[in-house]
Amino acid sequence: MNHRLQAMGDPNIAASLANVTKRYRAITALDDVSLDIRAGEAVAVLGPNGAGKTTAVGLLLGTLRPDAGHVRVLGGDPTGRRCRQRIGAMLQISGVPATLRVREHVDLFRSYYPAPLDRETIIAAAGLGGLEHRLYGKLSGGEKQRLHLALALCGKPDLLFLDEPTSSLDVESRRALWQEIRAVIDAGRTVVLTTHNIEEADALADRIVLLDRGKIIASGTPTEIKRATAASRISAVTTLATCAIGKLPGVTKVHRDARRTEIFASSPEPVVRALLGMDHDLTDLEVSRTTLEEAFLTLVRPTTGAARSDGPAYVDSRT
Amino acid sequence: MNTAAAIVRTYWLESKLEFLKNLRLPVFSLSTLLFPVMFYLMFGLAFGGGPIGSVPRPLYFAVAYSAFGVVGACLFGFGANVAIERGQGWMLLRRAFPAPPLAYFVAKMFMATAFSLAIIVILLGLAVLAGGASLGLADLVRVVPVLLAGTLPFSAMGLALGTVCGPNSAPAVINLVYLPMAFAGGMWIPVEFLPTTIQAIAPYLPTYHYAQLALGAVGAGDGNVAAHLVVLGLVTAACLAGASVFYSRKP
Repeated sequence: MNHRLQAMGDPNIAASLANVTKRYRAITALDDVSLDIRAGEAVAVLGPNGAGKTTAVGLLLGTLRPDAGHVRVLGGDPTGRRCRQRIGAMLQISGVPATLRVREHVDLFRSYYPAPLDRETIIAAAGLGGLEHRLYGKLSGGEKQRLHLALALCGKPDLLFLDEPTSSLDVESRRALWQEIRAVIDAGRTVVLTTHNIEEADALADRIVLLDRGKIIASGTPTEIKRATAASRISAVTTLATCAIGKLPGVTKVHRDARRTEIFASSPEPVVRALLGMDHDLTDLEVSRTTLEEAFLTLVRPTTGAARSDGPAYVDSRT
Repeated sequence: MNTAAAIVRTYWLESKLEFLKNLRLPVFSLSTLLFPVMFYLMFGLAFGGGPIGSVPRPLYFAVAYSAFGVVGACLFGFGANVAIERGQGWMLLRRAFPAPPLAYFVAKMFMATAFSLAIIVILLGLAVLAGGASLGLADLVRVVPVLLAGTLPFSAMGLALGTVCGPNSAPAVINLVYLPMAFAGGMWIPVEFLPTTIQAIAPYLPTYHYAQLALGAVGAGDGNVAAHLVVLGLVTAACLAGASVFYSRKP
């Protein structure tokens, strides 16, 4: 608690959530979450759909109010106009009028700030050169997101929120937009990025905060997150019961489909030795390092026994 | 740039872009401008005939169809746009930026007034050029401000409808409110020529009171100016109150 109070007055903290809870009727979107965003860092809030990422951004932007806890942004209340003039945002719901031109949108948003960035700089930073006179409705998906980035940059923000900036884009447009976002981060701006794409978090952020069902379950640099979740995947055809495998040392997850059994473990050797000892008919043994994506799925609490919407069914052996 | 100039500039940009945005949308700009003109050409000019009361037919209908056009520009320009933009998240995006909330409404008001003025100029111009009506400067000074003042109650009504309706249903709902209300309020056919049942309903419709005020400015209408103003004032207040309640529930 003391630490928290201290952090609130700290000029090195650009934004903070202190013991914040936010509910929508029966659903608790954020459950007693505390998070400090340090000035100059790029934080990726990573989590599956419904983890509470957009709610966290809404609270920091001041468009939502917490049910409990405190939100501080740039040393003040995020709903204040003074605070709002120092932040920029790319939101997920962000339809802007289709029959206005890129340049008109940028000029309008620049007019909201006392000392805006000049138009040419904004257009160049967002990679919109040559599209100034294009109507918003005629832009491609990637170009639309670039315009939203441009609008977010108009006020020379000290703090920039990017809520799922590339989730609607194809791989090519996504990687192209990363370049512009990377340049904004390299310019020293504080950036809070939400994503469900671990590759994006890894490519852009200095720090990853893993959010799952309204709780922060891990936080660290991309390397730390990878190390913490470093694991092996063991795959084989076996008749052993999944609950028996789950009891083996270091096993974090067991999943069985029609044919194969997939086992995640911190170190593979003891598990393999035990498996071979227990099942002499075991075949098709494969051992590999987990990808970052799998590491992420290991950390995110699975729905026991039920299929996840974004992947195969994972059975948590620890329960 | 000092603060006052910056605020004026924002309001001016918002208003200008609101106008351009709608002008570039043929479904709005063409139907808003062309329907009153088309109706006037068909029912006001093509039929011919003697004066209505003491007012020459071309002038009477130019005023009645202008009033019809103003109501349309407000209900669609304000109402349908508010509903659609709420659906797109445009309001939510603006709230995340230091966009002045009032500028949104001022810009829509400006836009509705600009389209209304265009309709009035076209119809009164046709009345003079094609209908042979004589309109002096004194007549214009009386009738144009009254017609333009109609943007207040009907923008408020559009705003209320725009905050109640969903983005997909808004245009249909607005048409269902607008067209019967214009007809029964005496904007297409003089109210005294309407069936008696509809004549009995007319005084409950804001379109009737607005049409009577506008026609009164060219020497037609029933002359109960104070009663019409009170009704339109009450409609404005009720619509604004309704809009703010619905908006606070579901922005």
